Amino acid sequence: MILADLALDLDVFQGPFDLLLALVLREEVELADVPIAEIVVAYVAAAYERDELDLESASEFLVLIAALLEIKVRQLFGDEFADDEDMTPEQAHAELMARLIEYRRFQGAAGWLGERGSEFPRVFRAGPAPLVPRPEPVVVEFSEDPWSLATCIDRLLIPPPVIDVSSVRRPLVPVETFVAHFREILRSRRSFQFEDAVAGLDRLAQAAAFLALLEMTKRGEVDPQQEDVFEPIHVAAAGAAVRESRAIA
Amino acid sequence: MSELTHTVEALLFVASEPLSVGELAAVTDAPPERVERALDALTDRYAEDRSGVVLERVAGGYGFRASKATAEACARLLDRPLARGLSQAALETLAIIAYLQPVSRPEIARIRGVAADSAVAGLLERSLIEEAGRAETPGTPVVYRTTTVFERMFGLDGMEGLPSPSQFELTDADHQALRARLHLVADQRAGEA
Repeated sequence: MILADLALDLDVFQGPFDLLLALVLREEVELADVPIAEIVVAYVAAAYERDELDLESASEFLVLIAALLEIKVRQLFGDEFADDEDMTPEQAHAELMARLIEYRRFQGAAGWLGERGSEFPRVFRAGPAPLVPRPEPVVVEFSEDPWSLATCIDRLLIPPPVIDVSSVRRPLVPVETFVAHFREILRSRRSFQFEDAVAGLDRLAQAAAFLALLEMTKRGEVDPQQEDVFEPIHVAAAGAAVRESRAIA
Repeated sequence: MSELTHTVEALLFVASEPLSVGELAAVTDAPPERVERALDALTDRYAEDRSGVVLERVAGGYGFRASKATAEACARLLDRPLARGLSQAALETLAIIAYLQPVSRPEIARIRGVAADSAVAGLLERSLIEEAGRAETPGTPVVYRTTTVFERMFGLDGMEGLPSPSQFELTDADHQALRARLHLVADQRAGEA
């Protein structure tokens, strides 16, 4: 909206806004008689009717209205504005003195309040009183970046690749082999120590050897003896006395 | 103790503001004279050195507060309940508001010669002052007045509890000293110019 288009219908003036401005500046219209609020209302109404707000014209309007207001205020209250400048040094001195005296009185009152307030704390219920913040639990400072923790978790959440074990052969240790082996030993000796017989074998083979021993015991071929848990196992052919076998060994 | 005394005691205990005789009489539905007798009995029972809490006539009513002996410990529990924590600027601003209320920020600034914004904000935060509408002067600034918290914190039973302003009038000697200082400053300025 162009400001020149803004038609005004005021008591003192009827016509476009820019003509009013020109007349005011040429002092052909008394600014004191121009109701500025009505101009603003007219502008807002016109802008509302057009349903658009041109920022450029709006700011131009604001600047013009502000200038008009300032001129009008200076015309209306000119004397009061000039007050400070017209003061004589004596007047300024007296004014300053009066202000200082007033200030001193309130300083005195402030002193009284300060003393009164520091006699002892007057503590009373004032609604839900805000409590002093409780001491924070001790937090151990970590130098690590929390994101590195997140990265670790991220890595751990990826399932490891499945290992192909189809090519690995399962070692087969038949119990019968050990049964034959133990029979062979007992053919040449009356007894032997189980640990010596299986020394050097892997765990699976040792387990198979033990099963063979149990099997032979069940069949009544051998008579194993162990003095205590985890003690050496002496194996003798069934019927042979362990003590005797030990003596021989 | 009478049943009324017990009721008044409980009312004062649960209230967070001082209660006036009128308020207590209305709530208990008892004549003001009997309420006053009950208050006398309670004031006697809750006196300094007799109890951890003290019943005090304050802010136009009656209210419990911590006794002098227990106040320090209570103050440690509460967040900034002390009037002692107030700065000089805050105290001066508070004094101006107390005597001139309702008063606006520009008026306080005119008297103190510096802006009062932060002092006013601090006093508002401590609930020592509150807004009391707007002035009719140009710009219609917000005006402030003191609160019952102010009266309680300084142990005042109403604004009459404040000392007369004449108490703070400057003596002739003060006037002379002030005038002399003013002349000194003026001479220094003249010398500089």
